[in-house]
Amino acid sequence: LGTLVIAEHEGGSLTASSLSSIEAAGKLLSKDSSLSLLLAGAGPTLQEAAAKAASCHPSVSQVLVADSDKFKNPLAEPWAKLVHLVQQKGEYSHIIAASNSFGKNILPRAAALLDVSPITDVIDISESNTFVRPIYAGNALSTIRYTGSDPCMLTVRSTSFPVGSTSADSKTNPVPIHQVDLSTFSEDWNSRHVKQTTQDSERPDLGSARVVITGGRALKSAENFKLIEKLAEKLGAAVGATRAAVDAGYVPNDLQVGQTGKIVAPELYMAFGVSGAIQHIAGMRDSKVIVAVNKDADAPIFQVADYGLVGDLFEIIPELLEKLPEKK
Amino acid sequence: MKIMVAIKRVVDYAVKIRIKSDKTGVETTNVKMSMNPFCEIALEEALRMKESGVASEVIAVSMGPTQCVDTLRTGLAMGADRAIHVDAPSTLYPLTVAKLLKALVQVEKPGLLILGKQAIDDDCNQTGQMVAGLLNWPQGTFASKVVVDKEKKAATVDREVDGGLETLCLDLPAVITTDLRLNQPRYATLPNIMKAKSKPIKKMSLAELNVDLRSDLEVVQVTAPPVRKAGVILSSVDELVDKLKNEAHVI
Repeated sequence: LGTLVIAEHEGGSLTASSLSSIEAAGKLLSKDSSLSLLLAGAGPTLQEAAAKAASCHPSVSQVLVADSDKFKNPLAEPWAKLVHLVQQKGEYSHIIAASNSFGKNILPRAAALLDVSPITDVIDISESNTFVRPIYAGNALSTIRYTGSDPCMLTVRSTSFPVGSTSADSKTNPVPIHQVDLSTFSEDWNSRHVKQTTQDSERPDLGSARVVITGGRALKSAENFKLIEKLAEKLGAAVGATRAAVDAGYVPNDLQVGQTGKIVAPELYMAFGVSGAIQHIAGMRDSKVIVAVNKDADAPIFQVADYGLVGDLFEIIPELLEKLPEKK
Repeated sequence: MKIMVAIKRVVDYAVKIRIKSDKTGVETTNVKMSMNPFCEIALEEALRMKESGVASEVIAVSMGPTQCVDTLRTGLAMGADRAIHVDAPSTLYPLTVAKLLKALVQVEKPGLLILGKQAIDDDCNQTGQMVAGLLNWPQGTFASKVVVDKEKKAATVDREVDGGLETLCLDLPAVITTDLRLNQPRYATLPNIMKAKSKPIKKMSLAELNVDLRSDLEVVQVTAPPVRKAGVILSSVDELVDKLKNEAHVI
């Protein structure tokens, strides 16, 4: 019996969240089980990513590659069918994907095809069938046991399974790469990819940045939000925002941190003009060091902040820009 | 075209939840319950489609104990034409809900099934994807914009994905799940609340829909998350820079 990780790749490499999923899968491995990676897509970057994946982690025992134009875009319909097909051949005990917009979209659909209940947003693995996941925006933790038949299907929160030193630059021998036989793959789905609009950004990715600088409604305008961006630039940080700031149109919605936005856990999280709604705190409470700057001394954000500063952010940010050291 | 909207009754978003002392779950007795906010957005989208002539009828459905009728009544007051309540125990897992929705779809044959992307109690974010899989319908999850082309029988959906927006075109029938920014749900007006009292709510049983309650999940315990140690309030930017540098070592 083995575990299957549904991996994503970008520019010829596995994504950081896929490496976290492999890390989580490693916690399920016993000495007589194996770990397989499933990669799908089309063309040379897929094969390049597969070659790299073959020696990415000592626990990985094989890489499965589905190379077809059907997988050029991450449509849920063909992907769920692919997972179903691969499960029928491989009979895995566990199937894991990252709890991001890709994994959340395809894994539950694949689980329904296999008639099993998926467990989404796992933050801890206590036993091979027992998992911890946050509920009520992280205000409670639920321990869930899976009692059904194989496979047990999970999406895992990347920030809870940081990539360890084992996978950083392991020089393991490459494992075999197998092409998935798609001759029986049925093509009856009724959705088409039209386009993808990405926010081009020089800044690090919000989900994996070491430092995150977040602005709230108190920034008052998109123009003022540039102060947050300036500070982020100085610290080499990613920019985040509260739902209020996104709804007010200061920044695009993919910057939202919180229960229904991105979940982040950087080394340093600095919140400016953020009151600290429970839905926002759910998205950043696992950050190592939290700094809060707010005019209102009673703002709930101060209850989770390691360092608080009560004052006007329009005075404090310029002073920080002056006094913080340049990023190394 | 009919539109079916799934609605869940949850602890109101503004309530600070309490975990039961025996760790079996979260206290829901004597707690304010409301329609899940994402379900309100789903219903609003369906109502706007009806108002623009794309849809002919909006059916709200919910499953759970008798109190779900109150939530359906709210949906009728917002503007749904009729409702279906599937009488069931309160702990239903998403796979069971997806199977019930599939059974209801087979009875009502809607052209669109709209759901919230997740419920704010269990935060599962699964049901829409699963019912789409069971029906073999295309899915447009985390939608922030939906445009239905009545002639072509297709929906163009903008989805909120990591790093931007993805646009899909789905042939109808299809499943759509709603993200926060799809629309701003309306409030039910008093006349509409009165009118809703006479709109029909059909009651159905699990047996009628031929779905059993077998589940492959069990809750072991529900506990409070670890509390963060209270921090300190500093008096100046200089002090903050010093702490970050010399105490936390993060800059």
